[in-house]
Amino acid sequence: MFDFLSEKLQSAFKSLKGKGILTEADVEAALRELRLALLEADVSLSAIKHLTANVRQLATGEKVLSGINPGEQVTKIVYDQIVELLGTEEPELTFPAPLTVILMVGLQGSGKTTSSAKIAQYCVDKYGRKPVMASLDVYRPAAIAQLEELGKRLDIPTLSSTSTSPQERTKQALSFAKESGANLLILDTAGRTDLNEELMEELKDIHKLSVPHHVILCADAQAGHSAVDVAEAFKKTIPVSGLVLTRVDGDARGGAALSMRHVTGVPILFLGVGEAVGRGNANKIEPFRPHGLAGRILGQGDVLSLVEKVQAASSEEDNAALEKKMMSGKELDFNDISKQLKMMQRMGGMGNMLGLLPGMGALKGKLEGKMDDKMLARQQAVISSMTPKERKNPKLLNAKRRMRIAKGCGLQVADVNKLVKMQEGLNQMTKMLRKGGLSALTGAMGKGGGFPKF
Amino acid sequence: MSFWKRLTGGLGKTAQTVESGLRAALGLSGTMDAETREAVEEVLLKADVGVRVATALVSELAKKLPSPFTEDQLKAVLAGLIEARLKVLEAPAPLLRESLTVVAMVGVNGSGKTTTLGKMAAQWQAAGKRVLAAAGDTFRAGATEQVSVWAERAGADLVDAGGDAAAVAYAAVKKGMNEAYDVVLIDTAGRLPNRADLMAELGKIRRVVAKLLPEAPHHTLLVLDGTQGQAVLRQVEAFGAEAGVDGLIVTKLDSSAKAGFLLALAALETPLPVYYLGIGEGVDDLGNFEAAAFARSLVGLSEA
Ligand SMILES: Nc1nc2c(ncn2[C@@H]2O[C@H](COP(=O)(O)OP(=O)(O)OP(=O)(O)O)[C@@H](O)[C@H]2O)c(=O)[nH]1
Ligand SMILES: Nc1nc2c(ncn2[C@@H]2O[C@H](COP(=O)(O)OP(=O)(O)OP(=O)(O)O)[C@@H](O)[C@H]2O)c(=O)[nH]1
Ligand SMILES: [Mg+2]
Ligand SMILES: [Mg+2]
Repeated sequence: MFDFLSEKLQSAFKSLKGKGILTEADVEAALRELRLALLEADVSLSAIKHLTANVRQLATGEKVLSGINPGEQVTKIVYDQIVELLGTEEPELTFPAPLTVILMVGLQGSGKTTSSAKIAQYCVDKYGRKPVMASLDVYRPAAIAQLEELGKRLDIPTLSSTSTSPQERTKQALSFAKESGANLLILDTAGRTDLNEELMEELKDIHKLSVPHHVILCADAQAGHSAVDVAEAFKKTIPVSGLVLTRVDGDARGGAALSMRHVTGVPILFLGVGEAVGRGNANKIEPFRPHGLAGRILGQGDVLSLVEKVQAASSEEDNAALEKKMMSGKELDFNDISKQLKMMQRMGGMGNMLGLLPGMGALKGKLEGKMDDKMLARQQAVISSMTPKERKNPKLLNAKRRMRIAKGCGLQVADVNKLVKMQEGLNQMTKMLRKGGLSALTGAMGKGGGFPKF
Repeated sequence: MSFWKRLTGGLGKTAQTVESGLRAALGLSGTMDAETREAVEEVLLKADVGVRVATALVSELAKKLPSPFTEDQLKAVLAGLIEARLKVLEAPAPLLRESLTVVAMVGVNGSGKTTTLGKMAAQWQAAGKRVLAAAGDTFRAGATEQVSVWAERAGADLVDAGGDAAAVAYAAVKKGMNEAYDVVLIDTAGRLPNRADLMAELGKIRRVVAKLLPEAPHHTLLVLDGTQGQAVLRQVEAFGAEAGVDGLIVTKLDSSAKAGFLLALAALETPLPVYYLGIGEGVDDLGNFEAAAFARSLVGLSEA
């Protein structure tokens, strides 16, 4: 997903590159292209208006930061605005009651049943919950059988009942959950259109009877402009608290993603990224990360804000040289790493820095403590104990040299080894960044989590 | 409820939004000034006609409308322009041949393939044809049960022999030939157009079926979800190339969506005819595509 938008937006800002200062005409031209690209991507008109108005206000007459070209600067502004559209928070599911109830709603075929099972399993994997599921869909042929089959695959019990009343089944589901000692109940409902008043009334009944803690609306990522009206109609009927965007693994242009949150004010919780329902990585659902998505749309990941922060913290030349080197494909040596370590120290340490990279949230937690600022100082010590030649050519570091270096700075050989590992890892990362962008990088890191592979 | 009423969303909210949009456009000045243009363009964009078509339509509209114009004139002229463009999508001839007709249903996940197959089977059974359905979605949970309920509802027979989709399709066409059925309707699993592997699978179904009956499948119908936006253009392109699609079906038109993307599809070099419209989940909620009716519903006009 988003390749289309990403391409268009980048070309929209190309014309601004190389300009010393942004005139109103420059910005207007880019905004026209931006608007067109968003329109072609099915972004809702109100979201487009909001976005372009904000970008216009922020970009016009803005003094161009030295070292960042105007194109980049506007891209950064657009990026921030897209994040704002997507919602800056990264909401997590909560389990506020001994039996937490989640109600799944949406249009026909939007992915409710599949997402019900995916979310149930996600809650097992991530939060150690004990879920049960119940289908309240008495209309669609084999809807109940579908959920039952998914439950069997996942070892998640489902309500077995012959009742053909959704209200009756709701009551049965609650007692079934209690009897099974579950602490999570997921209620799958029949698809309904926003215009079907009868079924919307039924939804109110179900809501009253089940008193859900979360009402999750499933929406197709390829939805057209009616998606926001549909979402509003559901919201008017019952208090929708979260969204799941499904079939994000397609090549939809992302309109629904950019519009839904803005129009409804309801946060996107999950992205459905495949048909498969399973355990762990086989479960094609991912928690939503607005920064990752915005970065993906603009084709540069959060590297953008990273660049900006680094820019502020480091001298212009250092930074430009390093960036050039990273992009040119040359290996980063220990001189480069030393410079980076200094920057990181100035910027508030490793954790902060990693937090800026999409999908690295989980990694950040793991690294904190291990990779604290004392560690940064130790690494600097190791580098300062190297000869200029060794700093320039990391390959020279054989066992003997490593021992000498360790002695020289009063540390263990293991500390030297760690630094060498880091240098190698960093080079691998930049290589991937160059090649496939951030998605390749986070994909390769595996446990990053939260950055969808579109 | 009549077909027409369903198509216009029970003459409910949709028509109202379009109407109030157009009225607002008109309230501005009653002439095609910049503001009015933008307002009309917005109404069209909200109906998912896409930015290119919307711009073109507004320009044409400006040339055709008297100045000043009334609301009725605006709607009528706009509907006329849309109808003219959509005319190429009207189905040229019925799907069924004199002898066994094999029809495959393809499309993205959840677009309405199985449901529409059920409705078509019912319609043909009621017309005295013998219909055999093939449970070709061997992938999704509950898919076989679903198509089997639909076959039963329609009074059609079902083949759900084991194996992959191609094997089921093969078995069904064979049975269809041996037992003198009029139609074999092949259901397939939903797939997204960027999945080359899954698209190739559709090619396999076609090849296997053609071994039994050279010109089969006689029709491969792409089922489009009417609530989607410009993404359907890509679907038409991908399924067209990989699955040899020769016709379209648009579903879920009983929602507030207007499926204006048909205007963009009509502008393609070789537009594909729209054989059916889905207007509900019931067995009878199947309609034919008529450019005039569709155009009037799109601009929020009542039945002509
Ligand atoms: N590729 C892909 N397919 C998905 C995803 N989520 C759901 N699907 C597919 O979309 C189709 C519809 O999904 P369902 O879960 O049955 O949708 P639903 O909303 O329960 O449908 P109704 O109950 O009929 O309203 C199925 O083919 C699913 O396999 C996703 O994230 N990616
Ligand atoms: N309101 C409405 N719902 C429809 C229409 N056509 C299909 N549906 C519903 O849309 C949902 C998906 O329909 P299916 O026929 O299962 O779609 P599919 O393309 O076979 O789905 P997969 O096999 O999972 O890819 C079901 O809940 C249908 O009842 C329609 O015209 N209007
Ligand atoms: Mg369902
Ligand atoms: Mg199906």
